[in-house]
Amino acid sequence: MKKYWELFITFAKVGVMTFGGGMAMLPILQREIMENKGWVTEDELTDYFAIGQCTPGIIAVNTATFVGQKLCGALGGIVATLGVVFPSLVIITILAGLINNFSDLAWVQNAFAGIQVCVCVLILNAVVKLLKKSVVDKRTLVIFLLVLAGGYALNVSPVVFVVLSALAGIVLKQLEVKKA
Amino acid sequence: MIYLQLFWEFFKTGLFAVGGGMATLPFLSHIGESTGWYTQAQLMNMLAVSESTPGPIGINMATYVGFTVAGVPGAVIATLGEVTPSIIVILIIAAILQQFRHNKYVEFAFYGLRPASTGLIGAACAGVIVETLINTAAVSTAGVDWASLLKWQGLILAAILLVFTNWVKPTKKWHPIIFIGISAVVGIVFRFGGV
Repeated sequence: MKKYWELFITFAKVGVMTFGGGMAMLPILQREIMENKGWVTEDELTDYFAIGQCTPGIIAVNTATFVGQKLCGALGGIVATLGVVFPSLVIITILAGLINNFSDLAWVQNAFAGIQVCVCVLILNAVVKLLKKSVVDKRTLVIFLLVLAGGYALNVSPVVFVVLSALAGIVLKQLEVKKA
Repeated sequence: MIYLQLFWEFFKTGLFAVGGGMATLPFLSHIGESTGWYTQAQLMNMLAVSESTPGPIGINMATYVGFTVAGVPGAVIATLGEVTPSIIVILIIAAILQQFRHNKYVEFAFYGLRPASTGLIGAACAGVIVETLINTAAVSTAGVDWASLLKWQGLILAAILLVFTNWVKPTKKWHPIIFIGISAVVGIVFRFGGV
């Protein structure tokens, strides 16, 4: 029982200290999970993090599940995940309640109108950063452009694009292997 | 039963959004559009708050959207919905870790998935840019009112932010929360909301 509690508290701490997400979490994991607790080796953490990035879902949750299950099995994976999401649940719920109460005020509306412009720029920056990693040749450029246009113009679930592009990746690479 | 629907929508998001927090944005945008639970402008506000508070962005957004739709139970259910597929998928992968890492089909699939994920976020990005910087009311059946088509104040702020977040050495390393804070002040001073 004590072990699960420790797992929960440690990952709650990681959740609070992760500001932003994804990459911002790695140095915190290194300090808390690897150096302080010695729960994983550097190689293991790098593996978990790499796989966490390329599997579905939130990277922080994927990594937490990995570390938790390594220590205490499936239940450990669940406990670590609950730990990592717990601070968000508390903080966001309180904040959301506050913001909803004040959202009628003129200055709050003006502030959010300014913030929305900033969010546009932040998302655009994220897209540019991702482009450099994901568009590696002509074929990936075509996939990117098709999904970009389709995602914007068509009102279909993103699930469709995800499934189709995974299939496209397999087919394209398979053809390449056959040719070679 | 809104809780069940909420759980299902976020379960799908958690299962199909590949690439972390930002990758959930196109899914959340689609949920808002198809259910009418929240507007795109509300979603952008939620994203801004999620980026400015502790915790992984993806989880913060799920919690916030869930809260907006159905209060505190909604926040809990949306978050649990989003993490459930992760837990299942990772537990399976952990059991077959070695095979997974070296499976060529997994690698092939990701060759296609990565640019698609970027494309989806790009499409969501185009949507929010149109929403924020273009005055859609200027386009009507009577033609386009060019004078009021663009929201100039917002465009100027966007251009300045773009420069400082990408090309100015000391500021481009700043945390997004600083730019969000500055934009909030600019929005208040210049009455971006028009009120």
